[in-house]
Amino acid sequence: METKDTKERGADSLLDVERTFRERLAYAGRFLWRDRSGVIGLLLFLIVVAAAVFAPQISSYDPLEQNLRDNKMPPPWNEGGSWDHLFGTDNLGRDTFSRIIYGARVSLTVGFFGVLIAGTLGMVIGAIAGYAGGRVDAAIMGVINLILSLPYLLFVVFIASILGRSLLNVILIFGITDAPIFARVTRGEVLRMRESGYVESAISAGARWPRIIFDHILPNLIGPLITLATFEMSAMIFYEAGLGFLGLSVPPTVPSWGNMLANGRKYLQQYPWIAAFPGLAIMFTSLGMNLLGDWLRDVLDPRLRRARK
Amino acid sequence: MPTVLKVRDLVTKFYTLDGVVNAVNGVSFDLEEGETLAIVGESGSGKSVTMMSLLGLIPTPPGVVESGTAFFSGPEGRHDLLQMSAEELRNVRGGQIGFVFQDPISTLNPILTIGEQIAETLTRHQNMTREQARNRATELLAQVGIPDPKLRYKNYPFQFSGGMRQRVVIAIAIACTPQIVIADEPTTALDVTVQAQIVDLFRKLRELLGVAVVWITHDLGVVAGVAERVLVMYGGRPAEIALVDDLYERPQHPYTVGLLGALPRLDLKESERLVSIRGAPPDLLIPLKHCPFAWRCDYAFDRCWEEIPPLLTVGMRHRVACFYDMATHAPRRSANGGGPRDV
Amino acid sequence: MQRYFVSKLGQSIVLLLGVLLLVFVMVRLTGDPAALMMSREASPEQLEVLREKMGFNDPVLVQFGRFISGAIVGDFGDSLHFKTPAMPMVLERLPAKLQLAGVALIMAVLVGIPLGLVGGFNPGSAIDNLGRFLALLGQSIPNFWLALILILYFAVRLQWFPSFGRDQLKSVVLPAFVLGLPVMGQIVRLTRSAVLEIRGEDFIRTAHSKGLELKTIYTKHVLRNVAIPLVSVIGVQFGYMLGGSIYIEFIFSWPGMGQLLQQSIGWRDFPLVQAIAVFTSAVVLGLNLLTDMSYAVIDPRIRYGN
Repeated sequence: METKDTKERGADSLLDVERTFRERLAYAGRFLWRDRSGVIGLLLFLIVVAAAVFAPQISSYDPLEQNLRDNKMPPPWNEGGSWDHLFGTDNLGRDTFSRIIYGARVSLTVGFFGVLIAGTLGMVIGAIAGYAGGRVDAAIMGVINLILSLPYLLFVVFIASILGRSLLNVILIFGITDAPIFARVTRGEVLRMRESGYVESAISAGARWPRIIFDHILPNLIGPLITLATFEMSAMIFYEAGLGFLGLSVPPTVPSWGNMLANGRKYLQQYPWIAAFPGLAIMFTSLGMNLLGDWLRDVLDPRLRRARK
Repeated sequence: MPTVLKVRDLVTKFYTLDGVVNAVNGVSFDLEEGETLAIVGESGSGKSVTMMSLLGLIPTPPGVVESGTAFFSGPEGRHDLLQMSAEELRNVRGGQIGFVFQDPISTLNPILTIGEQIAETLTRHQNMTREQARNRATELLAQVGIPDPKLRYKNYPFQFSGGMRQRVVIAIAIACTPQIVIADEPTTALDVTVQAQIVDLFRKLRELLGVAVVWITHDLGVVAGVAERVLVMYGGRPAEIALVDDLYERPQHPYTVGLLGALPRLDLKESERLVSIRGAPPDLLIPLKHCPFAWRCDYAFDRCWEEIPPLLTVGMRHRVACFYDMATHAPRRSANGGGPRDV
Repeated sequence: MQRYFVSKLGQSIVLLLGVLLLVFVMVRLTGDPAALMMSREASPEQLEVLREKMGFNDPVLVQFGRFISGAIVGDFGDSLHFKTPAMPMVLERLPAKLQLAGVALIMAVLVGIPLGLVGGFNPGSAIDNLGRFLALLGQSIPNFWLALILILYFAVRLQWFPSFGRDQLKSVVLPAFVLGLPVMGQIVRLTRSAVLEIRGEDFIRTAHSKGLELKTIYTKHVLRNVAIPLVSVIGVQFGYMLGGSIYIEFIFSWPGMGQLLQQSIGWRDFPLVQAIAVFTSAVVLGLNLLTDMSYAVIDPRIRYGN
């Protein structure tokens, strides 16, 4: 006689606590395959990460090395270019390709740590606001709306002019200015959890604080927050470029995509590649992260169940 | 009594990411004019999908009605619902067959007045003017027991209590005096006292309008006060179909027996545990070649694992899909279904 | 509904006061304007005299008081750099800013909403994929870079549009396009997901069960509900476009407030910076208020409930 296979069918979500790690991996794998855009996003992202990590190995030149004899060289498929300088050189003879590769380091560092700070800060504040409710919530939301209503530039310039130009400061700036967004999302989720009552039932079932936070609140926060983090990281790469454009990012000697864009603007008409490549690099990275973020959102959302032929 | 709906061998499947779900595996039943038939089963038994399939209300990318016939006798004659075009079905829905769903707060559009939501059925199916529709809708509100109907016409769903909202939904369902009302778990989301009121309302409306009702539920307790006949479903198949008294007094299917045994009773002693049916519902992804209830059945024997039991007549208007004879507590001797195909 | 309006208005006013405070503090922390106004060789005494004259030596509270009382009547003092009243300077740049943001919004909405709707009603179709691809692109391209590229091709090489300034009617096209593209992306995505989500709601199933015509279901039931989040997003995006078009203005030399803000920060021109910042915030807050109001019109739950 057969025995019944009692495995619950229909994975609801990656975060469903019943599932084992292997099952989750398998589920994610199926999803990844079906949603090829997610694969593409992941691939793009990994390429950028690899570039950043293996920068010294990949780039053939020192990004800071100036070579005025070979300056303003176009990429090799144009006349006057050479395969030594895959993306050409800039006005000071620095190899664009190497600078792009090293620039990835700046962008990823800024993005990653910026999001880390903004996320942690925002999560804590948002959770407090959502959980405490009432006046505390209103006050915190008021401050958040305040910050978000001011012209972003003002904030950034203000902080930049106090702190000066450095990688750390850029990270701090983004960490602080982006925290409100994380706070708002966290608060929304916490409110929803409160309303749905299962936190209450956990409490009434006798669960103690750490348990409630780790088993109930955090798993539900992770999904939307990771998705948000991916998008915000992409946004930060934009912002960094924007800052560089205005001359407020990392010091001009450090190769960052923003700096390169700012530099290249002057030579746009005659030597467009100097600005073109950093822009492409940003677009490439951003595309990858947006695709990844979309895919993450679908995978981590327990309510999204797909049925397809 | 003439039959208003005749369903034969309905098969519906869902083609999903995880595989093919065999939601409905050969369901047949009749519905007479003015009668109330209850369809009872657990979640996943196929009870809702059965009725939704008939009217094109299942999501069609994953869902497909593979085979079967469903002859509906409406004002325009007898037609097979399953052969109708989308356009024709749209005329039937709301106009000749009404629906009441489970959770009244999500069933109503939150940003339209309830009056409007009733009136739009009337303008659509009965060609009324806005004025006429509004008057008729107000009448309907009074009929379903909503006080101050003229005032409440302009209210929004969130301004009503659960029971009142369900009354509104019922008003929408009967607005065009349909032949059939399909009620899918209409009282499940309501308090017990409100449940009783809604059941009463249904009874009153049936007397008034002579409408046939298909009452889908998982709760055998409600069925007794509501239905004349009962169809018990399990694993997408019919398990037993009988007049309500017969079902309660002489249940023939082990599943029905289990369900009745599981009903909490007031006269249970404190130390007695609630009885439940062991095991879990079948996985509909696996097409079965044997009785779907076999795993959980206390009476299953080898035949149960080899064939799918057909519906066999065991009494007056009483059929059961089981190889085991409850009356004699032994496997049935004759294996074929006897009698004409009337259910 | 009155109560809702009044409470929202009150909140906005409180926020505005907060903005005033924040701006005041921030601006003062960035440095000493006197030093910037004088030449480098100025002696400390000369700087002191200047500070005294400009009122920078007064206690902070007094300065703040002056600031607030001026702000209420719209007087933000005179620009230190230009020596003319600050607020009027800001205001005269307003039409240009509005024009840019307005055209950008129209572009974004006219393209974004239809694409999103088609995507929501026909997920997986060619148009849906096109829409989603455009949306992705719109949100992944750095706007200043796009601006540069567009200028290079359309303005310089093809000469279809001017590459800077606001002289002709078609000057607004390129900058508005660059500004509006990411917003369009956002709108496509939001519309699409809203349509999909609402179509799956129970009350849409009810609408189908009533046998209503598809046209009715789509417009009266689906779209009206889609409008709720859509209006909110459009309002917010418009605010963002008004406040954040600085890079675009910079690149296209569009006479909006972006360049002015950046320069005035560099000059430590307090009154001007304050005027711009407060004005921008006020506009954004005003827009939020408007959006909240339209919420109330569309969604009766907000009107009557709490």
